[in-house]
Formats: sequence, structure tokens, C-alpha cells
Amino acid sequence: MAETSLPKRRTTEGPPRASGSAFLRLLRRSESARAYVMMSPTLLIMTLGIVVPFVILLVISLWTRAGFGFDTTPTLANYARSWNEPIYGTLLLRSFWISGVATAITVLLCYPMAYYVAFHVHRNKMMWIILMTLPFWTSYLLRVFAWKVILGYEGVINSGLMSAGLIEAPLSFLLYSPTAVIITLAHAWAAFAILPLYVSLEKIDRSLLEAATDLGDGPVARFFRVTLPLSMPGVIAASFLIFIPTTGDYITPALLGGPDGAMIGNLIQLQFGAVNNWPMGATLSIVLMLWIAALALVFLLVTRKVQGRIT
Amino acid sequence: MTPSDRFISIRNVSKSFGAFTAIEEISMDIGQGEFFSLLGASGCGKTTLLRMLAGFESPTKGEIFIDDQPMSDVPPHHRPVNMVFQSYAIFPHLNVGDNIAYGLRKHKLAAARRAEMVEEMLDLIKLPGYGNRKANELSGGQRQRIALARALILRPKVLLLDEPLGALDKQLREQMQLELRALQRQVGITFVFVTHDQEEALTLSDRIAVMSGGKVLQVDTPAGLYETPRTRAVASFIGTMNFFRGTVRRNGAAMAAIEAEGLGTIPMTTAQLTKPDGAPVQIALRPEKFSLSAKRPEAGLAVEGRLCTSAYMGERSQYYLSIPGKAEPVAVSAPNTHRLMGGHDLSEGEALWLSWSPESIVMLDTD
Amino acid sequence: MSSYIKRPNRALQVYAVLFLIVLYVPVLFIPLFSFNDSIYVRFPLQGFTLQWYGELWTREPVWNALWNSVKVGLVVSVISTVLGVMAARAITRTRMRGKGALVTFIMMPLVIPGIIFGVALLVLLSRMGVPLSLYTVGLGHLIICLPFAVATLLPRFEGFDPSMEEASADLGENGWWTFWRVTFPMVMPGIVASLLLTFTISFDEFIMAFFLTGTDPTLPMYIWGQLRFPKEFPSVLAMAALILFVSFALVFLAQWVGRKGLEDQA
Repeated sequence: MAETSLPKRRTTEGPPRASGSAFLRLLRRSESARAYVMMSPTLLIMTLGIVVPFVILLVISLWTRAGFGFDTTPTLANYARSWNEPIYGTLLLRSFWISGVATAITVLLCYPMAYYVAFHVHRNKMMWIILMTLPFWTSYLLRVFAWKVILGYEGVINSGLMSAGLIEAPLSFLLYSPTAVIITLAHAWAAFAILPLYVSLEKIDRSLLEAATDLGDGPVARFFRVTLPLSMPGVIAASFLIFIPTTGDYITPALLGGPDGAMIGNLIQLQFGAVNNWPMGATLSIVLMLWIAALALVFLLVTRKVQGRIT
Repeated sequence: MTPSDRFISIRNVSKSFGAFTAIEEISMDIGQGEFFSLLGASGCGKTTLLRMLAGFESPTKGEIFIDDQPMSDVPPHHRPVNMVFQSYAIFPHLNVGDNIAYGLRKHKLAAARRAEMVEEMLDLIKLPGYGNRKANELSGGQRQRIALARALILRPKVLLLDEPLGALDKQLREQMQLELRALQRQVGITFVFVTHDQEEALTLSDRIAVMSGGKVLQVDTPAGLYETPRTRAVASFIGTMNFFRGTVRRNGAAMAAIEAEGLGTIPMTTAQLTKPDGAPVQIALRPEKFSLSAKRPEAGLAVEGRLCTSAYMGERSQYYLSIPGKAEPVAVSAPNTHRLMGGHDLSEGEALWLSWSPESIVMLDTD
Repeated sequence: MSSYIKRPNRALQVYAVLFLIVLYVPVLFIPLFSFNDSIYVRFPLQGFTLQWYGELWTREPVWNALWNSVKVGLVVSVISTVLGVMAARAITRTRMRGKGALVTFIMMPLVIPGIIFGVALLVLLSRMGVPLSLYTVGLGHLIICLPFAVATLLPRFEGFDPSMEEASADLGENGWWTFWRVTFPMVMPGIVASLLLTFTISFDEFIMAFFLTGTDPTLPMYIWGQLRFPKEFPSVLAMAALILFVSFALVFLAQWVGRKGLEDQA
């Protein structure tokens, strides 16, 4: 060891002192300041992309259309219209109804699948997860279109059923209906349910299940008293991840919904497009967001209460 | 004090995280070449103090000097100290040789010289030829040695060790203790060693600082801490200790004694006892300072007690005796050289005599 | 292996297989119809042809749209990953006030319907008089990709021992060198995953592009336009089938890289 000597001891030249402006000194001393500097580009973009547009959206929603321009006198007229005219309420309700049903179906159908991979697949788990998520790496637009092919008048189901002689004429309720939208959404968003469900199930300590069995629970009681409550975070995350984006979905109702399956997203788009009533579009966007926030809150409170009851 | 006794000088250092005070007004000096341990339970501030020496935390108040240089404005990568981390922090994407040579980049050595230094280090830690091993092929003990080599190759003025043996199993830990001690002697670098294991601290250190609640309770040699702890907290943290409350009894200038619970009147010299008559005192006796006998000893101080329970510990046994006048039983440690007393094994409830000499009594600061 | 809890469940196995079939069938229609000898996408199939793949080479707008999407995707994925690395490092490695609120703020686009972002940005940009172009699409994509980049990178940063970086500083490296010698190699799999994920999101994104595209369409915008003109549509299907193969290959690559990274750190 003694003969191991470095060419130069680091401190023989004297420790370098922090120098520079007060700002640099602050950066060196304060972790918080350093962290904010590192996050500032992200925060700047998010502010520019979220806060500023939303403020403007809010401002515009208080304007009204006047000919080809806007009347900038602030008024709540658009909000009153969105409340009073049945078309807005109907579409909003239908959006929540369609998204809610699609979310429930997706979570219900994906839960056993996630459960299977978490508890019954022992080798190649990763392969199963890839298998389950791979379809979602294809174009959303074309996946929705594929359902149009399946559900269409000359589609897979109708032509299949007709050639089998089970039906005489094509089933018309399959395409251009809320049913079509719900089926397609449930399929298109399955990955967003499987992943959080799988993660929350995989995290459950197996000894807890053994403990429940040991304390006298059969498989069914064990599932409802241990597995389900412990996987609730995954159920909640999955529900949010599907319900919120789908309420504002545009493509699926536009391609498959028909007049009865149109959703609020289509109406918002119309205001910014053909109808050219931006203030109304802004109002509807804000109303949609407020409703989502309110529903999310109610959902959280209810699940918390239900969870408390089960356990 | 000579300058080499103040190689590391910690002056009135405090550290708080928000409302929580981790270190409160610590001042102490560590000498050059010393093996110095910071000993305390988790949360006592020992790791925070070590991290302040390394530069990962800066003191809220006070100053740390290393080799007479104030350290406040020196960032970790310019400090003349290196650290062995509790988790060892072996870089998983580098092999053993590159891990050891990590800090040499700035020294711009020729590749051959670099390789030679790494080999020397591998020899020093008794892992010759391990240079090309992957980091994830190593056992805990090997990781610990490589962390050591990686720090020592830079010839730091001070080596900081954060519980480096905590992750090892008992047998390996004891072996590494011996090796670490020998290595420190060999390289002559000042070691500052953090541990919560009192036996480890006693075995390894030249001096130990016992810490609790962000303060240093006592700095002393291992023997000093064990034999003459200053406070009840230090005494109970290191080894087992029996505590007795007592009162000073003085009769004139020459005669002094302590009337202690359960032990009766113990005569003391006036040099040992400076407090006035009637003053409350706290005294302590280590379990091995008592001797046990079936009959009352011929001379000396003794009380009779009853055996409550005993624990057989191999080379010695620990006995707990209840004595009149004291609520908690007294712990007594006796070697098992002749375990049978009076021809039979001791049984619970048996009456035994406890004896001790006044010199073995430790006077504690009343806290 | 098969403890009491883990004993096999036949019903679940059957369910899992059915689930996968339903999951895959609609997706596989895309390559299937790309070989179908009819300009109408409907059953029954008319016969095998490679005509649409042949025509694909002559359809310049498809290739322009593809190139536009690739350009936007590349720029967006690189920027959002770089910013994501900085943000994830700041979040995991420093004590800072208001951290929780900031993370929630960054993750917000995950729980707001895309259409609202689309119209909000459209309103902002038109108020500012910024003409719509691929740049505005990129800005929109950046906002929805950033939370995904941060969410992908955060576990990587959380997963590695902070004393690794401290060890590097302790051994004499400053922040810059520590990043390149320790942090970067260790979070590399996360960076690759983030690049792939954000690229894919941007590449497939429709609704933001729908509101923010100028005269240059992205690929999803182009496909949207073609859905109404069956004449061109089969070559779109051919393109989509090609993209499908490429993205499947990329996913497997990502998994392979990710797994290799995990093995290296184990």
C-alpha cells in the first residue's frame, strides 16, 4: 500500500472554493433550488400547455358568437344554454353512460385475465404481459375501423350468422349504435385495465392469502375479503385511466356511433369545426371537465366506503 | 493538543432537517491515524455526522475542519475523504477493476500504471485476479472489500465507513473486523467508522463517541467507556450494567460512604466521593464484578440474595438475583470454570451470597 | 411450485385463451384485408393479392404523412425523454417543497380527455396568431408524452440506490461526470423504454393532431381522411400492416433491452 502513490494529492493545491454569483451559490447550497431548476423546462411546457390554454378556454367560454366573430362581453349565456338545451345534457349523459358501461365491462373482463397471469402463470409471465399489450401498439384508428368491419351490415358477425342460417337479415343494432361504441371502447382500452390490475394483484403478498385460508376462508370468501380489497387500487386506477379519456373520445363514436351513438366529444368538435361556435365549444369542454372531476370524486368516495364495508 | 490530534475538528456543528434536529452542537476532535467509531442506536445522528464529513449534508451551524481546512464550501468531490457506503454502492454496470479505478479518471494515469494500482489494491484486499469479474457475481464480503479498495486507492486523508459490516452474517463479520483493523494499521489512514453494534465498536476502535439524540454522550477509549461510563445512558448502551440509587453519608472529613439500595453501606475514600452529606448518587456495577458464593465470604462487602433465573451462555452464565431493598433483580456474570457450586447445579429460589469490592463501583453523573 | 394457492384453474385457463383470441382477431383484420383483392373492406374475402403493397410505392401522400409522423415522433420522444430524465432525477434525488403537487401537475394530462387539450391549445395558438403546422402538433404531443416519459423514468430512478451517485461524488467526480459515468448507464433501459413509448404515442396520436394539424397531415390524420375514400384505402391498410410488423418488432426489442438491463443490475 505504501508504495501506491498518486501523482498528486487532491488537496495539496487547496480545496477549490465555491465561487460565482449569488445564484450559483444558492444552487449549490439549496437542493430545492437545484431541483426546481432541473424541472423548470418541464414545468414551463406543462404550464404553457395546460394552465395557459385552460385560462384562455375559460375566458372564451364567457364570450358569445356574433356573426363570424366573437362578442367579448363576459356572460354565462353559454353555460345557461348547455344546462337548458336538452341536446347538451343528453349527449353529456350519454357520454358518461357509454364510457361508464365500457369501463365497467373492460375492468370486469380484464380482472380474471390479470388474476390469471398474476396467480396462475409461473413461467414466462413477461411473455403473457407482452401478448396482452401487443395489440395496443397498433393504430387506434385502425383498431376502431376493424370493429366497423366486424360489426358492419356485411361484416364478420352478420355474414357469419347469415351463412349459418341463424338470421335472415343483417342485425342493424350492431353498427351505428351505442352498443357498437361500447364494444369497441372496451376492446380498444383493455390494456389500460390489464396493466394496473396486474400490478396491484402481483403486489399482493401470497402469505396473506395463505393466512386467510389458514383462518378458515374458502376460495370465494378469501377472494372477496382479501384479494379484491387489496387489488382495489388497481381497479380504481384502471377505471380512471379508461373512463376519463373515453368520455371525450371522438374517433369511436364518429366511426361507429351513428346519430344515436354520438358523444360529447363529437359535439365539441362540431363547435370548433362546422358550427364554428368556439365559445360554446370552450364551454362544453369546461363543463365536461367539471363533471369528470365531480364524478371522479364521487367514485373515489364510494369505493372507499364500499371497501371499508367489505373488509 | 498537538495538531495531529485535531486532524478532524468538528466545531459546534448542528444539523436540522426542517423542524427535526439531527445533530445538536457537537464539538470533538479526531486524531491522525486514529480508528474512531461513532456508536449509537439508529436515528442518533451518527450517519448524518458521517455524511457531513463526506460533504453530502452541510451543517446548519458550525464548521468542520479536515487537516486545518474548513470544509463548508468544499463539495464532496473535492474533499480529501472517501467513503465505504452501507450498501457498498458497487457500480453494477462496471466490472471489479473499473469499479476500483473509478476515481482515478482525473489523475490521467497511463493504462499500465492504472492496472498496476488496481492489482496492488486487489492484493491488499486479498482478491487477486478479480479485476474482470462482473459486479453482480460478487458475494457480500467481496463487495465490501471492493468498496474499501475503491476508496483506499485514492489515498484519502480520512476513510469514512458507514456500517460496512452490517449486511454480513456473524461469522464473516467477525473475520472482516479483524481484517479491517489490520488494514487500518497497515495503511495508517484515519478511519471514521459508524456502527450500532457496541461489540464491533469495542473490538475495532482506538476511540469511540457514543451518540444519542443528536448529541455526543461520551468520547473515550473502549476500556474507558466500559469501565468508567459517565452516565447511565452510556453505561446501559455498552454491555449490561446494574444500577443502584444511593445517598452520600459523611462523618467528618476522613470517613465517607454510600448507602445504596439493596447493597447496604459501602465505605468509600474521600477521593472517590466529593459530594456533600445526604446528596443523592447513582452508582453502577458490571455483572462480572460480583462474585457468587454459597456461604458468606470471610471478609469484604456482601449481601444475600435469591436466584430468580439464569441463562447459560457457554463460557459463562448470567444469573439474576433478587436482593432485599431493590426492585429489579441484579445481573451477575460468572465464568463456567467450575459451574457446580457446592456439588450441585444452581436452582431457582436458592439463596446465594453476592460479594464485590468497592473499587469496582462506578459513580455516574446524576442525570 | 403448485402450492395450495397456486394450484391450476382450468376455467381461468380457457378464459385466458378466449380473451387473447378476442383481443387479437380485430387487430389481425388489418394485415388480412391488406392482402384482399377488393377495394372494399368487407367479407367475403375476394382472393389474395399483393397489388396494394405494389401501389403503396407510388402513393406519395402516404409516404409524406408517414415521414411527417416519424419526424414529429422522433423530436417529441427525444425532447420528452430528456425533460423526463431531468424531472425524474429532480423528483427522486432531492428534498424539495411541493414535490407531490408538482408530480400531480405533471401527470394531469393522463386524466384529462385529449380533446380538451386539443381545443385548449387550438384556442391558445389561434389567439396568439401562431399558424398550425407540424410544430403545433409536436407541442401538443409533447404535453401528452411528458407524463408518460416521467412515469416510465421515475421507477428507474427510484429503483437505484442514491448512494451510487454519492459514491461517484465521493470518489471525486462532479455532477456532470457522475451523470455520464453512473446515472446515465444505470437508467439507460428506462431511457430506451421512454423513447419507444413516447414515440409510439406520438406516432399513433389522433385527436391533438386533428385540432392542431396545418397543411401537412400526420399519418393518423391521413388515414382518417382515407377512411372515406375506399379507392386509396387498401394501400393505407398495406402501410398499416407494415407498421404493425415494425412496431411488434420494436416492442420485442424494447422488452429484450429492458430485460437485459434488469439482468445486468440483478
